[in-house]
Amino acid sequence: MAGPLRALVIKELLAVWADKRSRMVLIVPPLIQLLVFSFAATQEVRNVHLGVLNQDLGKESRELVARFAASPTFTRIVPLRHVADMREAIESQAVLAALHVGPDFSRRLAAGHPASVQLVLDGRKSTAAQAVYGYARHILSGFAAERVPRSTGDDASSLVVRHWFNSNLDSLWFTVPGLLGILIMLVSLIVTALSVAREREMGTLDQLLVSPLGPGAILLGKALPALIIGVIEGTVILLAAVVVFGVPFTGSLALLYAAMTVYIAAVVGVGLFLSSLSATQQQAILGAFVFMVPAILLSGFAAPVENMPDWLQTLSLADPLRHFLRIIHGVFLKDMPAATVLEFAWPMAVIALVTLGASTWLFRSRF
Amino acid sequence: MTTRFENLTFRFRGAPSAALDGVSGQIAAGRVTGLVGPDGAGKTTLIRLLDGLLLAESGRIEVCGLDPRRDSRRLRERVGYMPQRFGLYEDLTVIENLRLYADLRDLPTAERRATFDRLLGFTDLARFASRRAGALSGGMKQKLGLACALLRRPRLLLLDEPSVGVDPVSRRELWRMVGDLLDDGIAVLWSTAYLDEAERCDDVILLNAGRVLFVGPPATATREIAGRSIQVRHITGNRRDLLDKALRRPEVIDGVIQGDSVRLVLAEGVAAPDAADLGGGTKARVESVPPRFEDAFMARLGGVHKSALPARAAAAPTVGNTEAVVEARDLTKRFGQFTATDRVNFTIRSGEVFGLLGPNGAGKSTTFRMMCGLLRPTSGMARVAGRDLLEAPGAARRRIGYMAQKFSLYGDLSVRRNLDFFAGVYGLSGRRRRDAQAEMIETFELTPHLDRKAGDLPLGFKQRLALSCAVMHRPSVLFLDEPTSGVDPQTRREFWAHINARVAAGVTVMVTTHFMEEAEYCDRILLVHRGRAIAVGTPDDLKARARGADRPDPTLEDAFLDLVAAETAAAA
Repeated sequence: MAGPLRALVIKELLAVWADKRSRMVLIVPPLIQLLVFSFAATQEVRNVHLGVLNQDLGKESRELVARFAASPTFTRIVPLRHVADMREAIESQAVLAALHVGPDFSRRLAAGHPASVQLVLDGRKSTAAQAVYGYARHILSGFAAERVPRSTGDDASSLVVRHWFNSNLDSLWFTVPGLLGILIMLVSLIVTALSVAREREMGTLDQLLVSPLGPGAILLGKALPALIIGVIEGTVILLAAVVVFGVPFTGSLALLYAAMTVYIAAVVGVGLFLSSLSATQQQAILGAFVFMVPAILLSGFAAPVENMPDWLQTLSLADPLRHFLRIIHGVFLKDMPAATVLEFAWPMAVIALVTLGASTWLFRSRF
Repeated sequence: MTTRFENLTFRFRGAPSAALDGVSGQIAAGRVTGLVGPDGAGKTTLIRLLDGLLLAESGRIEVCGLDPRRDSRRLRERVGYMPQRFGLYEDLTVIENLRLYADLRDLPTAERRATFDRLLGFTDLARFASRRAGALSGGMKQKLGLACALLRRPRLLLLDEPSVGVDPVSRRELWRMVGDLLDDGIAVLWSTAYLDEAERCDDVILLNAGRVLFVGPPATATREIAGRSIQVRHITGNRRDLLDKALRRPEVIDGVIQGDSVRLVLAEGVAAPDAADLGGGTKARVESVPPRFEDAFMARLGGVHKSALPARAAAAPTVGNTEAVVEARDLTKRFGQFTATDRVNFTIRSGEVFGLLGPNGAGKSTTFRMMCGLLRPTSGMARVAGRDLLEAPGAARRRIGYMAQKFSLYGDLSVRRNLDFFAGVYGLSGRRRRDAQAEMIETFELTPHLDRKAGDLPLGFKQRLALSCAVMHRPSVLFLDEPTSGVDPQTRREFWAHINARVAAGVTVMVTTHFMEEAEYCDRILLVHRGRAIAVGTPDDLKARARGADRPDPTLEDAFLDLVAAETAAAA
């Protein structure tokens, strides 16, 4: 059996490399996605225009506005005259948020009374608005803390926040390892999805089916090359993450590779299933994207799984990327111990068994 | 309203050679001009130039008195074009397709009713007006395509391979319909890869590899080689050996097997060889026969490539072994309501060349795929060497070789890699692998091409490589699916020379074909029609059944049509 299997693996690797289309799949999307995702998919909000309606003539309000202006988040302060202007500025999207300081702001502060300001946010851009709200609170609380009388300062409890594992909350540290999981999925899914469909289109599949190889051997001959290609692709992105993007790698390489192998096996199973199902390469590619988009959305890469409704969280357990993302982030940033890796790895192993089993069954039953 | 072209040259971007190279000819009104040539000869390119869909690099072209480059609007009114894969919308009904084309061709609303009635009557499709085009048979689809091309009463009708995928009955009807059109003075261009169709045309433009080999009435071409076509009949020895021996003689330039006889074309001005000298036995006789268009084509090409003839194993093992190697019993396959293969029975003896002959869609491929274990029968059984290949372990599958319709090779890989791969898949290793590969490279003369991509090989070498990959592991049964459809006659002869060499070495061959010429190479043929096996026998037996006073020398197609008619009559 070793001889035929070796011939299949060599042929498959050569064929993937010789075919212009599949060679593009290996090189172009990883390159583009690494660039685009790393720089565009940042969760920080910058370049915000802030409208300011300052009806107070005192020194305190000027000080407050100056603080907003000095923050790197708010690159432009748009002065407003009337309350109606606030509405207009937000509606026309000239500003994302408007700060309203009432006429008695300085007076109340001078008298030692609590004073309030109004912040109006554009709810149409909810994510950015939320982030801006956070920044504004941060500025306001700093402003307020300085104005609390010293005598009571001892009693005031203050919260000091430290972000472990990513102390500067650098979003690249989160995005780039996540991309490792996504790109491995993309490449190994498409390579396998195309492989059986390509042979069917060219007519070589029949040639294989009449050979002494059984369906199991043929599928193994398709799965192994995809596994090899996936691991190579993963290694390249891993190097890029550490060398180009400077993401710290704190954990065990061996653990990461072990988990990666299980993960790719699960994805390859899906790819083979799609491949056995589709008659042409176009159908296979379409199928791959129908699987990939929800898989990425459910993985926690774009939005936290904890925020999803319960039934969707349950569904996301079937998503190999969800488990693999936990492992990558863990191994990259916090030296995840083997026991924890195993905890996330075994569900992927179950998924792999199911998808590989299902694709073998489908392949057998279709011929 | 003349249509003529001179010195047309056209090259596809990036192609190594011109698709059309200095092509000249004309299409006369009231006549059928055959545009004849194998696949890739440039037929479709020429038609697209005539219809103004492509622009020639150089040369002069005049279509119905118009320049297709400048007058494309008026050209549309005068030219009807039926593309190869009829531009029908499969999800629309027959009448909806007609309406759509009437819109596209600006047919005045007032004329529509009468035009549709006339065309539906002419094509005999009135009964199927509300049927989806996708649900029509191949022949009916072509008729609908023809109706769409005739909507505006064209002066010139361009038909691109109208007889492909059409059963012989519908093919005759198409010819009859086109014949009726000629009375109105329409000029018809009928393109085809079947050389037997050339003889039905009034004029022929014979294309090969982008060049014109012959222009004129087909009889002119055959007259040129009058007296050079002979048939060796009443052969008692092995006719495959006789053909091989004859082709090696300098006075013979071409030869094919025709049932029990061997047809030869002689070089100019030589005497026919003696039948006994060729090893035909004492009863064998050489008879002069009228030349066919194919003989003339081969003569113009310079005959068979003698250097490409395979080396022959010295002695063929005696056939006479009656062991059934391949066996089908009540073989049936249903796809939903549709029965593709209906209780088919046959056996193939060791060392026999057995053909499944029938039009596209008759169920040949389904039967064939069940025999080699690619498809599970609904009922009945398919056995090769006593085993069902679908259930059989690798050892049984190692005994068969398979060559698919389109030379299924890995086109992006080199010739050497393809050979390596198939050696590996069949578990050849070490010395056996080296020996087997060396033998294939030598037999099929692949040495100069070893590092070329299989997809870039010339057609003949692609075919040789496919065959070498199929026989490298020395199978005892060889399955060939439509091995030479659309292939030029030189390449087809080479291919069959190689097959015959394998048969001489004791290999059993099962071949499917829709091509009467190819069926003549078989020892026995099973005729398949609408999923049923309607007759089995040697090509000469089957032809004898159609022999009558009015038809002393029937073709296999005549035999086929007679049997289909008898079958239909019996069913009614």
